[in-house]
Amino acid sequence: MKIHNTPAGRVFDVFNHIILLFIGLVTFLPFVYIVAGSFATESEVIERSFFIWPQTFSLNAYEYIFSTTTFVRSIGVSVLVTIGGTIVSLFLTLTMAYPLSRKGLIGRNMLLNMIIFTMVFSGGMVPTYMVVRTLGLLDSLWALILPLAINPFYLIIVKNFFQMLPHELEESAKIDGCSEIGIFWRIVLPLSKPVIATFTLFYAVFYWNDFFQALLYISDSSKWPVQLLLQQIMNVADTRLGGEVDTMFQEPPAETLKLAVIVVATLPILLFYPFLQKHFAKGILIGSVKG
Amino acid sequence: MTRLKGEPALQAPVNVSPKRSRFQRILRDKWMYLLLLPGVIYFLLFKILPMWGVLLAFQNYSPFLGFWGSEWVGFEHFQRFFSDPDFVRLMRNTVILAIYDLIFFFPAPIILALLLNEVRISIYKRTIQTLVYVPHFMSWVIIASISYVFLTTSGGIINVLVERLTGSQISFLSHPDWFRPMIIAQIIWKESGWGTVIFLAALAGVSQEQYEAAIVDGAGRFRRMWHVTLPALRSTIVILLILRLGNFLDQGFQQIYLMTNSLNRDVADVFDTYVYFMGITQGAFSYSTAVGLFKAVVGIILIFGANHLAKRFGQGGIF
Repeated sequence: MKIHNTPAGRVFDVFNHIILLFIGLVTFLPFVYIVAGSFATESEVIERSFFIWPQTFSLNAYEYIFSTTTFVRSIGVSVLVTIGGTIVSLFLTLTMAYPLSRKGLIGRNMLLNMIIFTMVFSGGMVPTYMVVRTLGLLDSLWALILPLAINPFYLIIVKNFFQMLPHELEESAKIDGCSEIGIFWRIVLPLSKPVIATFTLFYAVFYWNDFFQALLYISDSSKWPVQLLLQQIMNVADTRLGGEVDTMFQEPPAETLKLAVIVVATLPILLFYPFLQKHFAKGILIGSVKG
Repeated sequence: MTRLKGEPALQAPVNVSPKRSRFQRILRDKWMYLLLLPGVIYFLLFKILPMWGVLLAFQNYSPFLGFWGSEWVGFEHFQRFFSDPDFVRLMRNTVILAIYDLIFFFPAPIILALLLNEVRISIYKRTIQTLVYVPHFMSWVIIASISYVFLTTSGGIINVLVERLTGSQISFLSHPDWFRPMIIAQIIWKESGWGTVIFLAALAGVSQEQYEAAIVDGAGRFRRMWHVTLPALRSTIVILLILRLGNFLDQGFQQIYLMTNSLNRDVADVFDTYVYFMGITQGAFSYSTAVGLFKAVVGIILIFGANHLAKRFGQGGIF
């Protein structure tokens, strides 16, 4: 339908576009500066306080990052935890969501209530820490994966999605002689590709971004993920504020180095963002109908 | 016996004993239970087991004596906490941040969604959406680091601008007065774009006829926004508001932890960060478990209260 626009409406449109453009720039420009600064020389970053294109390109910061074992190792830890954690989380979420989507299953309601109860009440940080310690997971990369391996919200959404799949498909597969596991593997999972893609990305983002699990459970700095390393670097840079000092970095790191580490810690997200964006809005709303 | 046309000749047996069929059903679904097993073990280990750990709050837990050997002290830790000046400080910080959050952050995604909804050039709309969603996927460490880079008094762009305008710099990062505005600004920057997703989805369901009818009635842009678009969002807004009330005590822990330093700690400490500092870094296991338990219990009351409210508002509740 063609909406007839009044002069006042046109003024509104102009202002609206300007406001939104401003909001978009405020969101985006900080990232542009961080990237530009990471490729600039140290003196340019200090002298010019803001720019979106460096005058002279310099790869010094990145060369430093990729020549030190500290950084390379922590990037390795992050990659490992992200890939391993995503696989573990997806496996646990999907295998648990499918039986829970079957209405006739005995004990289903009890389990659903248990899950909802854990969403409302938790033992808290210290008791969870004690459990992780008792299991001997301290200073192990498993401690970065297992304690938060299932996100109960995601589990419920996936369960609701499975529940909406046409039941006739499963029945006809059963008549054709397909086993229960076969139905799950060959019928349900292939039909759930958009949901699986969404939650693969969400879990991966979660593992890549996590620093707090590492702060809690990993004291051995050779097992720090990138995010924790970045936090420590920023802390050191901030010693004049009285933040906790770490002895790992004797000198406060240079400005470009800080910017480059931010870029490295953000890069995978920015790289995968286009793929992410294709799925998430649809995926998150898809199974969130109450069931 | 005469049989009506189309009636089945035989009925399925109905009088199978329920006990046996229950057992048979479990046996029939054995593969389903096998699939459930890893997930159930996860919940038992990492969610249910820590719930027993809250008993530490009623002990003087000592790592050397262990859970079974430690002395039981009843509500001693709770009494100590409630009479501690820290209690008032934590309560005040948490509640003020929560109120700021409701006043300044809560409306932001709604306003942004309304503005986006008025854009009719679809490529422009999608570009802006793509941009404002991005920060949601960044970690709090990244957000904190960007804040440091931009706000620092040694050459951060914001302070350079402030100095040009006023002649002096502002120590955003360390002055207690700037802590709360900074936290709220960070949340708005990180999450308001993402928050529009749910509102835009609700708006996609509004029928065009309502707008046409409003136009026929002579409503301009603002009146259409006020009388058609906003009411379409009402139930979503109510649900989200109630959910937010249920999580009133949950201020973003990671965010606050990252922005806290020795100079602003007085206004920054909330229950969660206090539990971390007391429990994990200082080893006061029992005391901090008691603080955590207090927060969890208040939280549960708030959630059930909010759910009750949701039902009263005819939103069917959250669970």
